[in-house]
Amino acid sequence: MPLAAAANENLAHISNVLIYSAMAVYTLAFLAHIAEWVFGSRSAVGRTAAAITVEARQAAAAAGGTAAAQGGGTAVLERPKVVTRSAVGDRDIPDGPGAAGGSEKGDVYGRSAISLTVLAFLLHAGGVVTRAASVERAPWGNMYEFSTTFGMAVVGVYLVLLVLKKNVRWLGLPLTTTILLDLGLAVSVLYTDSDQLVPALHSYWLWIHVSCAILSGAALWVGACSTLMYLFRDGYEARLVAGRTGPGLDRYLAELPQDRKWARFKAKLAKGTDNPVSRLPAAATLDKFAYRINATVFPLWTFTIVAGAIWAEAAWGRYWGWDPKEVWSFITWVAYACYLHARATAGWKGRKAAYIALFAFATYIFNYYGVNIFVTGKHSYAGV
Amino acid sequence: MSKTEPTPATEDADIGAAGSQLSTAPAEDTGVAMPGSFGGVRKPGALGWLAWSGREALGWVRWIWRQLTSMRVALILLFLLSLGTIPGSLIPQTSVDAVKAENWRKAHETLAPVYDKLGLFHVYSSVWFSAIYILLFTSLIGCIVPRTWQFVGQLRGRPPGAPKRLDRMPVHTTWHTDAEPEQVLAAARGLLRKRRFRADATGDAVAAEKGYLREAGNLVFHIALIVMLVAFASGQLWKSEGQKLMVEGDKFANTLTQYDDFKSGSLFRADDLNPFSFSLDKFEGTYERTGPQRGTPRTYEAQVTYRDGADGEPKKRTIKVNEPLETADSKVYLIGHGYAPVVSVYDGQGKLAYRGAVPSLPLDANVTESTVIKVPDTRDKDGNRTQLGFRGLFVPTQVPEMPMVSKFPALDNPRLVLTAYRGWLGVDSGTPQSVYQLDTSKMQQFKDKDGKSPFAQNLKVGDTMTLPDGSGTLKFEGIKAWATFQVSHQPGNGMALAGAVAALVGVAGSLFIQRRRVWVRAVRGADGRTVVEMAGLGRSESAKLPEEIADLAAALTKDAPPVAPKEPVAPEEPVAPEEHKESGASEEPATPADSADSQDSAEPSEGARA
Ligand code: HEM
Repeated sequence: MPLAAAANENLAHISNVLIYSAMAVYTLAFLAHIAEWVFGSRSAVGRTAAAITVEARQAAAAAGGTAAAQGGGTAVLERPKVVTRSAVGDRDIPDGPGAAGGSEKGDVYGRSAISLTVLAFLLHAGGVVTRAASVERAPWGNMYEFSTTFGMAVVGVYLVLLVLKKNVRWLGLPLTTTILLDLGLAVSVLYTDSDQLVPALHSYWLWIHVSCAILSGAALWVGACSTLMYLFRDGYEARLVAGRTGPGLDRYLAELPQDRKWARFKAKLAKGTDNPVSRLPAAATLDKFAYRINATVFPLWTFTIVAGAIWAEAAWGRYWGWDPKEVWSFITWVAYACYLHARATAGWKGRKAAYIALFAFATYIFNYYGVNIFVTGKHSYAGV
Repeated sequence: MSKTEPTPATEDADIGAAGSQLSTAPAEDTGVAMPGSFGGVRKPGALGWLAWSGREALGWVRWIWRQLTSMRVALILLFLLSLGTIPGSLIPQTSVDAVKAENWRKAHETLAPVYDKLGLFHVYSSVWFSAIYILLFTSLIGCIVPRTWQFVGQLRGRPPGAPKRLDRMPVHTTWHTDAEPEQVLAAARGLLRKRRFRADATGDAVAAEKGYLREAGNLVFHIALIVMLVAFASGQLWKSEGQKLMVEGDKFANTLTQYDDFKSGSLFRADDLNPFSFSLDKFEGTYERTGPQRGTPRTYEAQVTYRDGADGEPKKRTIKVNEPLETADSKVYLIGHGYAPVVSVYDGQGKLAYRGAVPSLPLDANVTESTVIKVPDTRDKDGNRTQLGFRGLFVPTQVPEMPMVSKFPALDNPRLVLTAYRGWLGVDSGTPQSVYQLDTSKMQQFKDKDGKSPFAQNLKVGDTMTLPDGSGTLKFEGIKAWATFQVSHQPGNGMALAGAVAALVGVAGSLFIQRRRVWVRAVRGADGRTVVEMAGLGRSESAKLPEEIADLAAALTKDAPPVAPKEPVAPEEPVAPEEHKESGASEEPATPADSADSQDSAEPSEGARA
C-alpha cells in the first residue's frame, strides 16, 4: 500500500510539472498571437481592411441579386450553379481578413501560435491524465482539478473547430489569454493536493454529470467569445455603413464638441479598436456562429442538469432541493432558453440577444467560481 | 425564422406566403396595438351600459391574453424567472437550512424584517416568485394550444405553392434542359419524395417541405416542461421525509412516532406512510490508511434486514451512500454515522440503573465524539434518590500525546474519557432537552481524592469507573456503531423523469432538425427548351440549405441534363464573389461553382447564409 501511495504522489508531482510546462508553452502561444495581431495591423491589407470592406459592400450592392446563374458558352453543363442571397436585413459586409491581416509575417506567427497551442494542449492533457491516474478517479473532484480539466476542454473545443476547418483562428488570442488566467488561478489559489473522493461523490453519475458540465462550459465559452466579438464588430459595421470609420471617424471626431466627453471617448475607443475589429469575421458570421454553439450546447446542458438531478436523487433522496449549485445551473439554463427565444423574437435578435447570451455565460461562470467560493451548499467541494 | 425578420416591404412580398408558417411561433404584433375603448358605441340606458361594459371587459381580457401569450412577454417572463431565482441562492432559505436562516436573521436585525416581508427566506414559495412562474406557464399553455392546432393543420395541408419569382428565394439555381417540363416535374417530385420531403405538384411547379419534426420536437419540449412542473409540484405537496438514528441492533417500523424528525408536504397524511420495517444489523466504515488523505472515508455500508409490508419476508440488504434501499414507494438513504459506547451503570446500592448504547455526537472528521449519559433513576449509598450524569469524549483512536482528540476515524484504540456529576438532571422539568447535552446547573461534579480537581477517567473497553464515596460504578462494555437514515417518499419522480427525457428529445429535435422548403419549377422557355428553376427556403440559421439544393439539383440533372440555351438570354456575367457567401471567409476564394459543389467550402461557420 505505501508503495502505491508513493507512486501516486509521484504521478501527482509529474502532473504538476506538466501543467506548469503547459502554462509556459501557452504563454509562448499568447505572445505569438500578439505578434500576429501586431504585424497584421501594420500590413497593407490590415490597414486598408476597412476600405476593402466598404468597397466590397458597394460592389455587392451594385451586383444586387441579379447575377446570372447560368453558364453560357459550353453546350452541356456539368452542374447548375447555386446562388445564395444573404438573409434580408444583413449588411452584406464580408468577413475580415483575419488576425494576420494578410501580412505574411503575421501569418507565420499565427501559425506558430497554433502549433504552440497544440503542444501546450498535449502537455496540459498529460497533466490532467496523470492527475487522474494519481487519484485513481475522474480528475474533477475539487476546484483545482475542475479548473485544469475545464481549461483543457476549452482548448480541445477550439482545436476541434480548427480541425473541422471552421473560421475560428481569431479566437486564438482570447483563448490563450483565458487559459493562462484559468490555469494561473488554478495553480495559485485553487491548488489542492491530490486526494480521493468522499463516498458521496462515488457514483458513475459523477462522470456523466461533470464531464457534460465541463464540455458544455467549454463550448459556451467559445460561444460567449464569439458573442462578445460580435458586439464589437456590429458596432464597427454600423459605423462603417454610416461612414464613420477611418477618415470619416477623424472628421466626426474633429466635429464633436469638447464637452461631449462620453461620445468623444467612444469615438476614440473606436479609433483605437477599429483596425483589429475590421479583421474579425463579419458580425453576421460571428452572431450565427455563437448561435450554433449555444444552440448545440443547450440540449447538452439540459442533460447535464437532468443527470445531476438523477445523481442527487440517488445520493440525497431528492432530485431537486434548491441547493445553490442547482439553483445556478437552473439560472444558466433559463438564461440560455431566454437567449434562444430572443433570437426567435422580432425586436430582440441582434444586440439584445447578445447581451442575454453574455448574461447567461456569466451565470455559468458564477456557478463555477462564485458558488464554490462564496456560497456553501452540499456541492461545496472547492477545497479552498 | 424568416417571417419575423425585419424585412423591407418589397422583400417580404417576395417571400410572402412561401415563407409563412415555417414555424408556428406566434405572430408578432408589429403595429402598436394600444388598448383603447373595446366597447364601441355605448347605447343609452342601463342595458346599453351593460353591453358596453361587457364588450369592454372582454376586449381587455383578450388584449391581456394576447400580450401574455406573445413571444415578447414569454421572453420577459423567462428573464424574470432567471433573475428571480438568484436571491434564493444567496440568502439562506428556511426550507434548505432552517438553522442557518435563523442565524442570519439574528445577525441582520434591520434587514431581516424587510426580507421577511419580501419572502426572501423562502423565495421559491414566495408570492412574487410563484407569480412569475405561474404567469410563464399560463403563457406557455396559451402558446402551446394554438400552436398545436396550427401544426396539425400544417400536417394535414400541403406545402405552400411555389412563389412567382423563385430567384428571389435565399437559395436559387436554374438551368436549361431538353427534357419535357412534365418529365422534369415528375422526376423532381419523385426525387424529393425519395428524400423524404412531402412533395406535391401543382401547376408548373413542385412544392416540397421537410423537417416537420422540428416543430413536433418543439411542442413536445414545451409540453414536457408542463409535465415536469406538475410532477415537481405534486412531489412537493405529497412528499414526506423523516430521519431516524439507529444503533446496531435497533429496529425501525415506518410509522410517524418512530421518527426523530419528520417533514412533509401540505397534502401529506400520516396514513400515506407505507408499512415496512428494517433493523440495522451492522454498520461498517473504511478509511484511507496511508498517504496525505489518511483518514478520508472510503466506504460506508449499512447492512440491514428489511421487511416489506407489516409481515413480509425478511430480506438482507446493504445501504450505501449513493445506493438507497428502495421499498414500495419510499427510499431509505444512509446519511450519517458515528459510534455509541455501550455502558452499564450501577448505583450506590449496587443495582443496575442503566445499560445501553449511547449514540455520541461526532465533532470532527476523525470522529472524536461528545458523549453524554443521563441516569435518572439511582440511589446513593445511603439509599437516597439522586440522579447521575456523565459527560466526556469518545475517542476511536487515542494516542497518548493527545488523549482528547481522535487521530483516526476507525476503532484502532478506542477510549472513553468521562467525568461524572450527581444532582438533578432536569429531564422531567418539562422543557425538552437535547440528549447530547448535560444541564449541570443543578448538579455537582465529583471531585478527585484531593477534593479539588474534577474526577475523570480514561476508559478502555472492559474498564470500570468507580465513583467516589461509593456513589456507583460505570462499566465500559463495548462499542456499537450507529447510523442515521432518511426515509423519503416523493411521488412524481417517475413522471418528472419521463418529462425530463421528453424535454431532452424534444429540444434536440427542435434545435437540430432544419425545417425547409424546396420548389422546382419547369416551364418552356422562349427558345423552346425547358427552363428548370429550383429554390430553397429555410429558417435563417440553416447553413446546409445551399448544399442540399446543390445536391438536389445535381441529382435532378440525371433526368434533366443541363444544356446551354439556344440563344443565350444573358451574356455570361462574372459573378461577384459577394454573391456567394461561402467565398467570403474561405482562404482560397472559391469560384461560385465550387462553392456550391464542394462540401467543405460550404461549411456552416464559413458564412453560408441561407
Ligand atoms: C417555461 C419556459 C420556457 C422555456 C424554458 C422555453 C424554452 C425554449 C427553447 C429552448 C426553445 C428552442 C429554441 C429554438 O428552437 O430556437 C424554445 C422555442 C420556442 N418557444 Fe419556448 N420556452 C418557454 C416558454 C415559452 C412560452 C411561454 C412560449 C409562448 C409564447 C414559447 C414559445 C416558443 C416558440 C414559439 C419557440 C420556437 C421558436 C422558433 O421556432 O424559433 N416558449 N423555447
